[in-house]
Amino acid sequence: MSEREIALSVRGVEKSFGRQRVLRGVDLDIYKGESLVIIGPSGCGKSVLLRHLIGLHEPDAGSVHVNGVDIAHMNRSSLYEVRKKFGMLFQNSALFDSMTVGENVAIGLKEHFNLSRAELHKTALVQLDLVGLADAVHKRPSELSGGMRKRVALARTIAMDPEIILYDEPTTGLDPITADVINNLIRSLQKRFHATSITVTHDMVSAYKIADRIAMLHKGQIIYEGSVHEVQTTDNPYVKQFIHGTAEGPVTAA
Amino acid sequence: MGAVAELGELTILVGRMIRTLPKLHKTLRLTLVQMNEMGVGSLPLVVVTSFFTGGVAAVQAAYQFQGWIPDKFVGSVVGRSVLIELGPVLTGLVVGGRVGASIAAELGTMKVTEQIDALEALAIDSIRYLVLPRFIAGAVMIPVVTIFANALAIFGGLLAAVGSIGMSTGTYIEGLRFFFEMSDVWSGMIKSLVFGAIIALMGCYYGLQTSGGAEGVGRSATRAVVSSCLLILISDYILAEFLFSWLFAE
Repeated sequence: MSEREIALSVRGVEKSFGRQRVLRGVDLDIYKGESLVIIGPSGCGKSVLLRHLIGLHEPDAGSVHVNGVDIAHMNRSSLYEVRKKFGMLFQNSALFDSMTVGENVAIGLKEHFNLSRAELHKTALVQLDLVGLADAVHKRPSELSGGMRKRVALARTIAMDPEIILYDEPTTGLDPITADVINNLIRSLQKRFHATSITVTHDMVSAYKIADRIAMLHKGQIIYEGSVHEVQTTDNPYVKQFIHGTAEGPVTAA
Repeated sequence: MGAVAELGELTILVGRMIRTLPKLHKTLRLTLVQMNEMGVGSLPLVVVTSFFTGGVAAVQAAYQFQGWIPDKFVGSVVGRSVLIELGPVLTGLVVGGRVGASIAAELGTMKVTEQIDALEALAIDSIRYLVLPRFIAGAVMIPVVTIFANALAIFGGLLAAVGSIGMSTGTYIEGLRFFFEMSDVWSGMIKSLVFGAIIALMGCYYGLQTSGGAEGVGRSATRAVVSSCLLILISDYILAEFLFSWLFAE
């Protein structure tokens, strides 16, 4: 494992909002091509950590290296260049409701490449086909169900062939069947594009399905890292309590 | 947040926006959409407001002139007060309410639903994509709308003068031309340009500052409208000083 190339390296990241200390020195390495799932109770700072990886938050202390370059204190135009390598799926899909589904999927390509309308439309259709929604290309996001919106957002996320994909609670708010569809999509995209993917979730079904490796964030620090099998058989009381979902234990609800 | 901190945040926003100016060509289509929305969309409201403002100005002038000043000066008073003051300021306040609230609510909703983060994650500068088009559209279209408002107010004044005061069209127009100064038109345009910039900027600023769901969006819209109205009135005074004791001083 240690021979593998590191895609993202987080060192000593701290972040506070007002008086609330959310991240208290996070150290984490993410290897190229792996699927890492970060688990942890609600409000432990998982999403905040994820947002640091793409520069949507600037850490108060520490560094975030992407392919060896520190993005934590980078100027804006270089940061935009780095972000072009990323795709991010947001918790509530975050589709642009002033645009059609097709325009949503193609917006990154439209802004960053000189493509004709026909080419953009064609690319949008290809991406939407991957998530099984090619016939929704002219619809508005408001006409779609939550699961469909998530799939469109997924198509948008992968439209620019990202090297690194971030998923913020991809299955939250979906029924178990739709959640499984999303899990399968994430897994198949992973296999197909060999992208490094980092998922934040508290859905253990989803975590087991999409993870190569699982890390647990608790009270602003990574307290455990291991393979799916290691997580399932660990003696770590925090992890044990979390994956079995019991109220009694060292982890207290937020 | 303290006033100083807010001023700082606003300055940062303006600074970031200015730095995106070289990429304006990439946002041209979005700017045109905003111009249409702010300009054409505001016309019905402005038509009614300015038409009656002109009428009221004429009736009030005639009432105060009674027996002392010749009727023909009604046209002069309506013309100058509309061009310098009433046209730009009332248009600013009325359109400011409409446009400022809608910008703040739209950007605020985008903020709380992570759409702005989504833009940023797609490596699209949200300031260039959202703020710049609205700012340019505001600064261009509010003066354009004000030109319409001026014309309609003067026309409304004419109708009131003829209809309820009993003047002739010729007398009204003679008075209008008697004291007409081109610098009045220019000063009104400069004012409305500043008002347009204020309206767009306040809408964008409070929109992007939004937090806390639907309630936060409502709060941002209110703040955008209140602050743009206050800033319009305050800057109107400062501009009046600047324009008439310096730029157009005789």
